[in-house]
Amino acid sequence: MIRLFAHANYDFIKWRHYAYALTALIIIPGLILLAIKGLNYSIEFTGGTFIQIETRHPIQTAELRADLDAAGIHGTEIQSFGSDTSYSIRARLGENVTSPGGDAEETSAAVGRALDAKIGHDNYVIAKHEAVGPKVGKELQGKALLAIFFSFFVTLAYLAYRFEWRFGLAAVLATFHDILTTIAFIRYMNLEVSLVVVGAVLTMVGYSLNDTIIIFDRVRENLRKYRRTNLYEILNLSINETLPRSILTHGTTMAATVALVIFGGEVIRPFSLVMTFAIFTGTFSSIYIAAPVLLLIEKRWPGQDARGARAFVPREAQATAVPTSLSAPAPTGGSGGSRSKAAV
Amino acid sequence: MRSIRNRLIAIVFLLGISVALLLPRNVTQRVADAQGRMKDTTVRHVPINLGLDLQGGIHLALEVDQSKGPVPDCAGAIQRAQRVVRTRVDEFGTTEPVVQIVGQCRLVVELAGEKDPGRAKQIVQRTAFLEFRITDMRNQFRDALPAVDRALRVAGVKAPSGAQVSAVSQLFGDTAKKGADTSKKKSGTPAPDTSESNAPGALSSLLFTGGLPGEFLVPEEQVSRAESLLARPEVTAALPRGLDLRWGTEAQSRGARMYRALYIVEDKPIITGEELTRANARRDPQNNHSEVVFDLTRRGSRKFCDETGRHVHDYMAIILDNRVQGQPPIINDQICGTGQIDLQSKPLTEAQDLALVLQAGALPVPLSIVEERTIGPTLGADSIRDGIKAGIVGVALVIVIMVGYYRLSGGLAVASLGLYVLMTLAGLSLFGFTLTLPGLAGMVLSVGIAVDANVLIFERIREELQHGKTVRLAIDEGFTHAMSAIVDSNVSTVLTAAILYLVGTGPVQGFAITLIIGIVASMITAIFVVRTFYLIWLRRRPDMQTLSV
Repeated sequence: MIRLFAHANYDFIKWRHYAYALTALIIIPGLILLAIKGLNYSIEFTGGTFIQIETRHPIQTAELRADLDAAGIHGTEIQSFGSDTSYSIRARLGENVTSPGGDAEETSAAVGRALDAKIGHDNYVIAKHEAVGPKVGKELQGKALLAIFFSFFVTLAYLAYRFEWRFGLAAVLATFHDILTTIAFIRYMNLEVSLVVVGAVLTMVGYSLNDTIIIFDRVRENLRKYRRTNLYEILNLSINETLPRSILTHGTTMAATVALVIFGGEVIRPFSLVMTFAIFTGTFSSIYIAAPVLLLIEKRWPGQDARGARAFVPREAQATAVPTSLSAPAPTGGSGGSRSKAAV
Repeated sequence: MRSIRNRLIAIVFLLGISVALLLPRNVTQRVADAQGRMKDTTVRHVPINLGLDLQGGIHLALEVDQSKGPVPDCAGAIQRAQRVVRTRVDEFGTTEPVVQIVGQCRLVVELAGEKDPGRAKQIVQRTAFLEFRITDMRNQFRDALPAVDRALRVAGVKAPSGAQVSAVSQLFGDTAKKGADTSKKKSGTPAPDTSESNAPGALSSLLFTGGLPGEFLVPEEQVSRAESLLARPEVTAALPRGLDLRWGTEAQSRGARMYRALYIVEDKPIITGEELTRANARRDPQNNHSEVVFDLTRRGSRKFCDETGRHVHDYMAIILDNRVQGQPPIINDQICGTGQIDLQSKPLTEAQDLALVLQAGALPVPLSIVEERTIGPTLGADSIRDGIKAGIVGVALVIVIMVGYYRLSGGLAVASLGLYVLMTLAGLSLFGFTLTLPGLAGMVLSVGIAVDANVLIFERIREELQHGKTVRLAIDEGFTHAMSAIVDSNVSTVLTAAILYLVGTGPVQGFAITLIIGIVASMITAIFVVRTFYLIWLRRRPDMQTLSV
């Protein structure tokens, strides 16, 4: 029988400050970069024209650009799309793209004429063509934000109902952290933010919450089981106990997303990449953000039996310091360890 | 023991339903033939709707064009536009076109399989044309049918074998009786060769008399044949002058079969939509009938007054974009200025629909395209292929991990995973949801997540075994203890997916739906199916000391 981390006994919470530093190191430069350069929105959000063509023979993007320039279309973005016979031509609205007619419809017609003239009507096919007006794009941006906001609210309400509001808040803050890291990741990778990528971010929200809840569920159970252990210990114990599950589930999910990245095709790749990253950040935040934040919240706003406040006395100091609560010191049954299984 | 049997029955039942939902079915598809005419063809395929991004097609979002002056009531205008586009749906070569109002004032039209965006846009944006025409009150068309059949026979077109002999067969109603008499008389006198004329006519065998003069019913499956016959030059030459043919909008059922109405109308409209100013549906408080009230312009009411005066007790077809809308109402009285169409005891919704038709004709809605997407069929096919490839690799990896780590228990989980995939696809088919490319990715992803419930349970069982519990007890406890985590985590994921569905559009909604169905299916398989496997296993080996987990 293979067993991974079956008797793990790591003091995860102790490393929280390093974890904060690491995540700040990802988020802050990412957000600065974001402030400077913005996100690479797809035309669904900005409005404009996107044309994907498949040519029979490879062509040079520089040549294609020259042809479009000759046809009076300036300022388009031309990229090869996955292979050397597949190209994308992107003209965002409001980015000084000039074309004979001016609007999206005309731009695509002009591109068609330019291609007909240069490589011949039979030597290419338009695999995909999108033209989005400016109004639609604006609305979509609003909707995406709305979706994220709503999902936070609903989750907070559900967790407040099933656990208590402290858990809900910690879970939502951890998820918010994940959104920040994911946005930073999207910025570093310069991925195109399409509606589908927003969908991936929202799925990440669900996945990360899912993971946090698994740990919190164990915390809830252990709080009931070990009445006298402090929260710090309980959190560590719960994370350690759920560790094999975390490894396994992240392993299988990762297998699926990596398969999507490698084999899923160009269209879905940004989605797959974001999901793969989401699994990392979701796992990380469940352990290093959600749990310590729960501890902080408990310290600030102690619950009924004030276990969080009690828990906040550092482990080293616990032996000497007088516990702030009325109960007896935590009965750490193990030899120097934090596990208190013997208590049951 | 009883419970195991019941559980097995439930599993087999679920499996059976899933497979039944996924069996290939015959679907009738309207496809343009080489001449550009629409023809019905039957295609056999697995009943899962593929999104535009997978099968290729055109997506259009339209709004009321306000560039040439503001349109005050855009919500009303877009409803009229939707009604109009719906009547034109047949002109598109597509099985299930989507014509949907999104938000307040936007119309979304999705045409799967359509390749020519120019043609689609032209059809959608064409101005609506409404006209009123009197039906063929003197039965000129029916009287000409024998001649038409003769002309067709000369041209070498034969009726399908087994067709009825009578020139025009009746279906329902007693008006038919009179019709039969006249047709017999007519066909009797001029026909030179009686044996010839007694043979079933190629066209008339397709037609059944309807409930009013000038109305015929054609069995739905024969419509394309009737259309092509009516388009032949011999037929148009043999038809009486001054008459036009117009099809009804949608198929209606009579008994077990579906029929499409064909109306014979005068070739000149008595009035067109331009002369209409207003139309509203209401319920008459006195007799509780649904009715539509409409107003005419001054010029229009003068014209309408004259015409209706001449046509009292005639039937008047309401034609929008060459399609007769509903059954033509009878003119009871001369109508000037304001008219009423009495729909008797029909539901008010029908009156509202008819009012919408009249409004659409009166106030055509100029539409501008705010979003357009065309996806070529090859791109869609590539996406499906890539998606399936990724799916196979992903699932294979998951199987290796699960069986490698949990051995026999992992094997059980994998077996239930098969049922999970089937159930997810069946769910898509059952609710008629559309599978999109992100949806396909969502499925691959959810296979990875689906085993989570099993992992939670197995880990719990391992823990219980470590605490020295017996196999049977460990399994029981494992399932019970893992339950709260499974439920809470899945409910929160479903909640986020539901929001994604509510707020998102098109492909993203497809993704959210697949995710939700996947989660529900994974809970059923992980909790119920795997538990059953364990129960069977325990019954076979009651004295089991070690568990392969």
